This record gives sequence, structure tokens and C-alpha cells, in this order.
Amino acid sequence: MEEVIRVSNLNAYFGNIQALKGINISIKEKMVTAIIGPSGCGKSTFIRCINRLHEVVPNTKVSGEVLLDGKDIYSTDVDPIKIRQKVGMVFQKPNPFPILSIYDNVAVALKLNGIKRKDYLDETVEQALKMAALWDEVKDKLNASGVSLSGGQQQRLCIARALAVKPEVILFDEPCSALDPISTGKIEELIFQLKQNYTIIIVTHNMQQAARVSDYTAFFLLGELIEFGKTQDIFTAPKDKKTESYITGRFG
Amino acid sequence: MSIYKRRKVINKLMRAITLLCAILTLVPLISIFGYVIFKGISSINFDFFIHLPMPVGESGGGMSNAIVGSLILIGLSCLWAIPLGIAGGIYLAEFGNNKLGTTVRFAVDVLNGVPSIVIGIFAYTLFVLPMKSFSAISGSFALGIIMIPTVMRTTEEMLLMVPHTIREAALALGINQFRTIVSIVLKTALPGILTGILLAIARIAGETAPLLFTALGNRFWHQNLTQPIAALPLQIFAYAISPFDDWHRQAWAGAFVLIVIVFLISFISRFVIRLRYKFPTSR
Repeated sequence: MEEVIRVSNLNAYFGNIQALKGINISIKEKMVTAIIGPSGCGKSTFIRCINRLHEVVPNTKVSGEVLLDGKDIYSTDVDPIKIRQKVGMVFQKPNPFPILSIYDNVAVALKLNGIKRKDYLDETVEQALKMAALWDEVKDKLNASGVSLSGGQQQRLCIARALAVKPEVILFDEPCSALDPISTGKIEELIFQLKQNYTIIIVTHNMQQAARVSDYTAFFLLGELIEFGKTQDIFTAPKDKKTESYITGRFG
Repeated sequence: MSIYKRRKVINKLMRAITLLCAILTLVPLISIFGYVIFKGISSINFDFFIHLPMPVGESGGGMSNAIVGSLILIGLSCLWAIPLGIAGGIYLAEFGNNKLGTTVRFAVDVLNGVPSIVIGIFAYTLFVLPMKSFSAISGSFALGIIMIPTVMRTTEEMLLMVPHTIREAALALGINQFRTIVSIVLKTALPGILTGILLAIARIAGETAPLLFTALGNRFWHQNLTQPIAALPLQIFAYAISPFDDWHRQAWAGAFVLIVIVFLISFISRFVIRLRYKFPTSR
């Protein structure tokens, strides 16, 4: 089992507030790693450091190392654009581009990066929508607006949009928190399919979800990584007292 | 009378008052339109669009030079003021969360409040005096300055209305910041920005004061852009204060054409936007 991402001594700040404190973690290839913890513990900040999205918020700072395939993504000669193409992201609320069609929502990143070949775009869009389990529902209305879809479909459209860029890693930031149980089930099924080809990190508030979809689980508390291990171990035999109280619902 | 009944009566009364006020605000607008259309249409004919003004004392003639002149002045002003205003608006919205941004925002708001005649004087000193001639260029300079605050602040406000999650979604796809702003955020906000641009155009189309000593007006076809040029508001002004009934009629016709021009510009650009944007953002 290959290691895709190695994070060492990662610190992240918003102004003077330190949101992440010395995180060390290793993410395995083609595995689902769940990040759990109470609100404000730095879960989202952590994954936003992995695609260099943390730094687009004003007054933020990152220090430490994040190795992606052995190369530090924060070294000065690395273009954050290239990192974001390798590490895709799906957000908490479905956020398709409102002015674009379903087709263009998926194709936009390729188009704006200069790819014009129609047959290649068509193929990529179809492939991405199929992988996101949305193709059958939208193949007859690719020119309809992306926001005309239901919430769950919009979220799968956002997954297709991320897949079209052909990333290695996909970050999910609480992807189901705005969805109903049926849509949530579909997304979870999809994550299960996707891990055959992608490394996945998913932030979730829902511990049942973490237990259902992930191979590894990391428990964050107040900006620190408290415990990290196989999901089964974390949920059945947590080593840390704080992890145990959290997963048994005593706080958070 | 029970409290409930009283509340219902007051509710009805208040609704009636607000409705009345809403209708009252429509009265000036409708009467202006109605009067200009009534007076204008009766004085308008084909000659009005293709002929030059007649010499004093002769009846007939038209305002073809003023119509074209106004279109040229509006076009020239848009040509430089819209790109500048949009670019400035982008700065304010995307990078203006600092002291410079606050200063620029304040300065632009002040500029918006400067009387247009003062802007005319400014254009006069800057262009007319050194060039030793009234000109279309100086007129468009003055009109453009009047446009900038509206274009800039609407651009800023419309860009800020685009949710932050849209920007992050684009950046997270590995789209660079320039493309994110221009091809995603600006495009999302464009219908709203267009409204601001149209407001600005509507305003400068009717501006007379700053043109008095920049474009000056011209009873003939303009020679080139460095020469005095006719404009509808100037022509309307000149004719309206004249003692001749025939000229009064032509002034009404001019006012009518001015309104139609503004209406057409707004109608056509909205139509074009609707063609290019299949999915207008709902707000």
C-alpha cells in the first residue's frame, strides 16, 4: 500500500489564531480516510491545506510540509494551480456554476485551461458524469442549467466536475451535510466506487458515515490530531480517552 | 371593536396608503413619457432623421447631425469609461479589502456627487484650451467621467453578490485566478453589471451641462472628432429656448428621439445578453 500524502508538522493560521497545530499524518493510496471531530476543530482547514485552498482566504498562513507523491506542495517552485488539478475538491454545499450548462460545468476547467478538442471534451464529460453516476439522469439534457438539478444531483455534478480534471486525490468537505438520506446514500455508494481509482479524504460530522465509508479515520480536536488509525480500530478500540468520549457521543 | 378587528382595519388602511404612494411615484414618470410622446410624435417625420437643421427663419429640416453626434459621443465615452470602470470595480471587489480600496471607493462616491457642469469645466481646461477647439473628444471625456462611478460601483456590488463558494469552486478545479475572475465570476455577474452600464448610458445620453463647453454643438455635420459636434440634448436646449414655434416642435421631437435611443440601447443589450446567457442567475 503506497503512501500518497505525507503531512509533517503542519500548522495553519487565520490571522493570529492557530487552527492546526503540528499535524502529522500519512494518507494511503486508494483508501478512504475520514476526518472526524467537533465543529471548529480544523477538519476543513486541514483538507484545504492539501489542495492549497487555505491560502486564498486573506490573512492566512501555513507552515510545515505536505508531501504529495514525495514532493512538498508548499515548496516555492510549486504552482498551486497544478496542485489543485491533482487534488480535487467537493464542497459542503453543492456549488455548480449557475451560468453554465451541465456539460460546461464539467468541461469548464479543461476549456479554461486551453483544451478545445470537441471529441476529447465530449468523451471526458461523458466519462466523468458516468463515474459520478449522473450520466443516465442528465444525458438528454446536457445543455440544461446545472442549478436546475436537485441538490443530490448537483452534488454529483460537482463530483463529476472534479473528476473531469483527472485528479489523483479527491477531498470531500462534508459532502452530504446539505443532502437528504437518499442522496446521501448515493454519494456514499459513489465514494465506495471511486476509491478503486482515487485516494479520498472525507470530512464528516456524521460518525456513522465515517464508519460506513472509510478505511482510516483521523480524530481532530481543537486543531490537533488526537488519534489516527484503521477505522475499525478507532471505532471499536480507541486508544485515546478523548476519542472514546467523542465517538460514544459524550461531547461534540 | 375587538383588537383583531381594529388590526384588520389598520392593515387595510396602511396597505391602501402604501399602494397610493406607489402609484403617486408613477405619475411623474408616466406624465413625462406621455407628454413627450404626445408632443414628439406629432412633430416627427422622416425629414427629421435625414436633414440638417434649417437656417433661422426657414421651416422644416431635421436633427440628423445631432442624432449621429449623440451616438458618437455616447459610443466614445463608453469605449474608454466602461473598460476602466469594470476593471476598477474588479479591483475593489476582489482585492479592495484594504486602505487603498476604501480610499478609492470614497473618491469614486465623491466623484459621483460632483455636479456635471464642474466636470465640464474640468474637461474644458484639460482638452478644449490646449487643443484650442471644442471637440467630440473633450465631450466624451466629460461624459465618460460621469459614467465611471456608476459602472465601477455596480461592477463591485455585482461581483460581491457572486457567492464566495463559486470562486473557491473554480480555484479548486485548478483554474487560475485571472480566469476565475474573468470567465466565471465576472460572467456570473454580467447581467447585473449591464444594468449599471445602461443606467450610466441613460444618464449621459441626457447630459447637457458638460457638453455646453466641450462638444459645444454644431449646426452642420462634424468634420472630425477634434471639431465641435452636435448632440441631441444641446440641440433640444437651443431649440427649446428659441422664440420659434417650429423649433419648439423640433425640440419635442428631439426629446422623443432621445428617449427612444436610450430605450433601444437598453432593449438591444438586454436582448443580446439574454441570447448569450441561457441561464440568467436568479435574483
